[in-house]
This record gives sequence, structure tokens and C-alpha cells, in this order.
Amino acid sequence: MKPSIAGWMFAAPALTVIGLFFGLPVIAALALSLTDFDIYALADPHNLRFVGIDNYVGLLQNPLFWKTLGNTLYFVVVGVPLSAALSLGAALLLHSKLGRLKPFFRTAFFAPVVTTVVAVAVIWRYLFHTKYGLVNWGLSSFGIDPVDWLGDPHWAMPTIILFAVWKNFGYNMIIFLAGLQSIPEDLYEAARIDGAGTWKQFRHVTLPMLGPVLLLVGILTMAGYFQLFAEPYVMTQGGPLESTKSVLYLMYEEGFKWWNLGNASAVAFLLFVLMVATTSGLLWFARRKGVE
Amino acid sequence: MCRSRQSRWIPAFAGTTKLCVTGLLLSFFLVACSSRTDNREVVTFWAMGYEAEVVAQLIPEFERQNPGVRVDLQQLPWLSAHEKLLTAFAGESLPDVSPIGNTWIPEFVALGALDPLDEEIAATRGFDVADYFPGVWDSGVVDGRVHAVPWYVETRLPFYRTDLLAEAGVTTQPRTWNEWLAAMTAVKREVGPDRYAILLPLNEFEPLLSLAIQQPEPLLRDGGRYGNFRSASFKRALGFYKEMFDRKLAPVVTNNQISNVWDEFGKGFYSYYISGPWNIAKFKERLPPAQQGDWMTMPLPGPDGPGASLANGTSFVVFGQSRHKAAAWKLIAYLSTPQIQAQFHALTGDLPPRRSPWKTPALANDPYAKAFREQLERAVPTPKVPEWERIAQEMRVIGEEVANGRMDVDQAAAELDRRADRFLEKRRWMLEQAAEAGAP
Repeated sequence: MKPSIAGWMFAAPALTVIGLFFGLPVIAALALSLTDFDIYALADPHNLRFVGIDNYVGLLQNPLFWKTLGNTLYFVVVGVPLSAALSLGAALLLHSKLGRLKPFFRTAFFAPVVTTVVAVAVIWRYLFHTKYGLVNWGLSSFGIDPVDWLGDPHWAMPTIILFAVWKNFGYNMIIFLAGLQSIPEDLYEAARIDGAGTWKQFRHVTLPMLGPVLLLVGILTMAGYFQLFAEPYVMTQGGPLESTKSVLYLMYEEGFKWWNLGNASAVAFLLFVLMVATTSGLLWFARRKGVE
Repeated sequence: MCRSRQSRWIPAFAGTTKLCVTGLLLSFFLVACSSRTDNREVVTFWAMGYEAEVVAQLIPEFERQNPGVRVDLQQLPWLSAHEKLLTAFAGESLPDVSPIGNTWIPEFVALGALDPLDEEIAATRGFDVADYFPGVWDSGVVDGRVHAVPWYVETRLPFYRTDLLAEAGVTTQPRTWNEWLAAMTAVKREVGPDRYAILLPLNEFEPLLSLAIQQPEPLLRDGGRYGNFRSASFKRALGFYKEMFDRKLAPVVTNNQISNVWDEFGKGFYSYYISGPWNIAKFKERLPPAQQGDWMTMPLPGPDGPGASLANGTSFVVFGQSRHKAAAWKLIAYLSTPQIQAQFHALTGDLPPRRSPWKTPALANDPYAKAFREQLERAVPTPKVPEWERIAQEMRVIGEEVANGRMDVDQAAAELDRRADRFLEKRRWMLEQAAEAGAP
């Protein structure tokens, strides 16, 4: 008995902090999502109505919610694999013995991570400008007609994905690099003796050994990408035709622009449920594959 | 207050006499300091944006005229001002006085955060309500009581390229939508497929709203309980808006894609641009000297002759939580005097909401301000419900769908009504509750 009490005692400060600053707000937000808290309720608590699951029902019937959910899933489904693949590629290049100027490239690839989203987004907006942007100018030398990157509803999300992936692949790259460096060299040696080429070494040594790291990167990136907000907020304000409005953007507008905190909390909880479901799905998949 | 903190400090660290002496010296200075604070009444004043920087220059004179009052001016960025005011309301830490956006007034009235100012206005000698532009003044009147006094005003009207219009053969200024459409068609014929006649940025609701507000029927019906967008009036405005995109008179773009509206205006990408008074200074600054003679402002054409327009801008309010209402009102009265308003215009270029400052040479002789002066007489406030700003945003979203050809006018009007009615649900419930409480 005694050791367990001691254990609880040691954990108590941390648990209190978690309970106070995480548990309590979450419960409060859950309660809030069952009401129609808005500015009228802010003025006089008597104007607060308990609406049960009406906020959730209303959201599920709101085409805009489904549209933002679709946009967010588009971003996650395309962005996460792209980001993982790009960072793994960059890490492999940096890990390769043939690489030159490694410290320089390591820094250069990591640099976008430490830049400010807003400042960089402004520059990207200029790069992707229809008439004066560098990208369209480059494309025009190949005879490709100018693309309205941020103004065409079909192109806006791909541009945002490109920006987000460029912005954070360096972070995952560092994690992958650490993972690659921890793979014992003798495994490769054994593979070479068995006659495995570069591709086979990658397929049968590198990838399995990187399994846990891949899982970690996948979960981290996905959790981050589900919370897409700053990029469209700065670059497109959710437009054109709401093609880059994400679920979190919807929550921000409901909560902090229109002060419908009940509705905003409901959006947050739906997003939370979705993220828990996908993360569990990923973990289940990884477990089945034997990666932990 | 400061001293007590000091005394708690000392015992903990008084290991050496040296520290003790330092502590004593420190507390001595603090006593000396605190005895110097004056007994003037402090009025906290939150102001936003560039105006906040400029108004600081006008305050010393106010403090000289009112020796018993000290103004504590705090500057907020516009972007977070609304949020900060609401948070301050919830936390009961609102300032005494603040100029807030005209469209926020109904919201703060609904919160019960504002104090009506009728008595103060009646008691102030020389405060001439009739001198204000009627529509501008009316935007501060909610439920028959004055809750806000306009500080500076803005309305939207077209800026245009005189040279390009002359090239296109447009010699008389259009006054009706039909005349305007004819003028724009002539411009479009002249400039060709790559350039346009007018810029109506799709990320702003003001251009469409400016047209809609010119119509006779109100935008909301039954005392702001339901949207009234299926009315013939609104459909006509939306139809005109749609026509400008359909006939390629306006490009289907947001300001994001334009990136520099002044530069593109100078290049003739569009010849008309509906915008507000701040752009007078911007065009003077951004256009090259050779082009300074090539642009002008004009009153917004109406459906059948010069029509109404928006009465935006900011207005002073006194918050109900304030304990310095009399002093706060004195500050408002001072900043509202015609002389100070004229001075404020000279410093910022903001347009005064009352007529007498417009008689000063700086404003009376400004050719660019003339159209604004004329149009302000016809300015009308937007519907005074707290949900209005949200409805206006939806109007922008739907307007974008229409401009892209994804909805026709009837569909858009029905959809806008549906959304507005949903936003106004709580308001209808509130009004019902109030009616029930009042009935028995």
C-alpha cells in the first residue's frame, strides 16, 4: 500500500496541474457545447438555453461544416503522406554517405520550420501571384499558362498544402535523421553480403527499422494537420468560395468572430472525436503490422 | 500599496545590514513618489488604430481646459479591438469611454454595456445634434435612445479614372445604375478583354451592401426578426451586382489577388473602384505625380438617381460600468466640437460627421472630399441588430457564389434569407421572452 501512496504523492502535483488546466477546461467546454452560449448569454445568464445535442445536430446538418471537414480531410490525406515522404527523402539524402555540404543542407531544410508563418505566408502570396508571381513566371518559360493559384477554388488548397509541407517537413526530417542514425550499420552490411541492392536495403532494413519513427511522425503530423488554421487565415481568409476553410477556421469564426461559444465548442469536440478516431486507427494499423 | 510589498520583501532578505539600508532607502523613495500622485479624476480612454496615435495630440488641450481630469489613453489594434472589448465586458474591466465601430453599437446595447447619452446631450450647451448628418447620427440611436456620438464617418463611393473615362467617351457623370452600366460598358469596350471597368473585391461585403442599402425596402423585416432578402428590392441590387460580373465589367477577384489596389488602379486594370475616404490620402501618396490629375471621386449612382449609402465609421460610447461618466462625457463633448473635429481631420484625413467642420477651407476646397460631403447627407445606417455583421458576411459569401455563376439571384436571395433567419433565431426568442415578461 505504502509505495502506491508515495507514488500518488509524487504524481499529485502534476496530476493537479493537468486536472486544473486541462481536465477542467475540457469538461467546461463540453458543458458549453450543450448550451447556446453567445453574447446575449454573456450579458445576462438568464438568456442561456440548454439545448442538449442541438448544436451537434445543427452542425451535422450545416453544409458549411461538411465542406470545411472535406477541406480538412483533403489537406490531411494529401498533406501528411506528402510531408512524411518529403522529409524521409530529405533525411535519406542527408544520411547518405555520398552527400556533400550536409550541415548546410540540414540547416537550410530546417530553416522554414523556425520562420514565422505569417511573414512567410506573405512572401508565398507574392510568389504565387497570378500576374507578377515568380512561380507563374517560371511556368511561362515552359509555355504553361498562368495559374490563378490562390484565387481558383481548385488550386487554392493544393497551394496551401504545398506551403504547409514546405513549412514543416524539416521538423520531421530531423526526427527521421535521428531514426536513421540509430539503425546499426551491421544490418546493412549483412544485407549487402546477402546481395541486397540499395532499394532492397531500404525496403527490408531501413523501413522496418524506422517503423516506430514513422508511426510517431505520422501521428504528430496528422494531429498538427487536422488543426489547419494559420495558413489559410493568412493566405486566403478561407476563400475563394470557402475552398480553404478548415474545421478549425470554422470554430474560430463561430467562437471568436461571432461569439457563439456553444457552437464553437461543439465544433471543437467533433474535431477532437475525429482526431481520436484517426489516431486510434493509425495505432491499430501499426499494431497489426507489428510496429509499436 | 507599493510600500507594503516592500516591507514583505525586506525580512526575507535582511541577512546583512547593507540590504536593510537599501530596502529602507527604497521604501523612502517609494513614499516620496506616492505622495506626488495627483488627485485628478482619471478617465480611461481606449482608441484604435492610427486615430489612437493622433488623438493623443488633442488631449493635453482637454486636460488644460479641465484641470480636474486626467485622460489615460490606451491604444488597441483594430484587428483585436472587438474581441478585447467583449472580454473586458465579461471581466468588468471596460474603459470609461471608447470610439467603437458603428456596426458594433447594437451588439453592445444588447449586452447592456452602454449608457444612454440623451441627458448629457441635452444638458450640454452648444451641442448641436441637428448639425450632424442625419443618417450618421441615427446609427448611434438604438430603441429611440442615443447610445453613441459619431466621431468620424466613412461611406463608400466610386473612385474613378478621369482620363480612361474620357477616352471611352464618357463625358457626363452617371447618376443612375443604368447610366453607370452604360459608362462601364463603354470603358470595357475601350480597354479590351484583359482589363475591366470596375473592381468589386469579393472579400468585402461593402460594395454589394452599398447597392442593397439604396433600395426602398429594408434588409430585415418584422423589427429585425427575419431576413428580407427575397424582396424585389434586394433582388434588384443583387441582379445589378451579378450583371457587372456576367458582362465581364468586373473581374472575379478578391483583394488578395490584386495585392496592390492603388498600383492596379494606376495601371488602368479597372476604372472604377468602390472604396472609402481613407483612399483619398492613399491615392495621393501611391499614384505617381504624372497621374495625380487622372482620378476623382463621385457619388454612388443609385437605382433611379443619387441614392443612399452606408454610414460607417466610429462613434464614442460611455460604458455602463464606468464610474466617471461625467468626466467621460466632457471628453466626448470636447472631441466633438467643430474646431477639434476640423483639427482632427487635418491630422488624419478622417471625415467629420457634422456639417460645420466641413466649412473650413481644408475640407470645403478639397475636390476629392466633395462627393463624400454630398453623399453623407444621404447616408443611412445598416439594420440595428447585433447579428447584422454576421449577416453582412454571409451576404459577401453568397455574393461571391453569385459572381462565380454558382447561384442565380433567386437561389441566392432564398439562401441568404435562410441563413439570416437561422442567425436571428435567438433574437426572436429574446424578443418573445421580453414580450411575455411585459404582457402580464
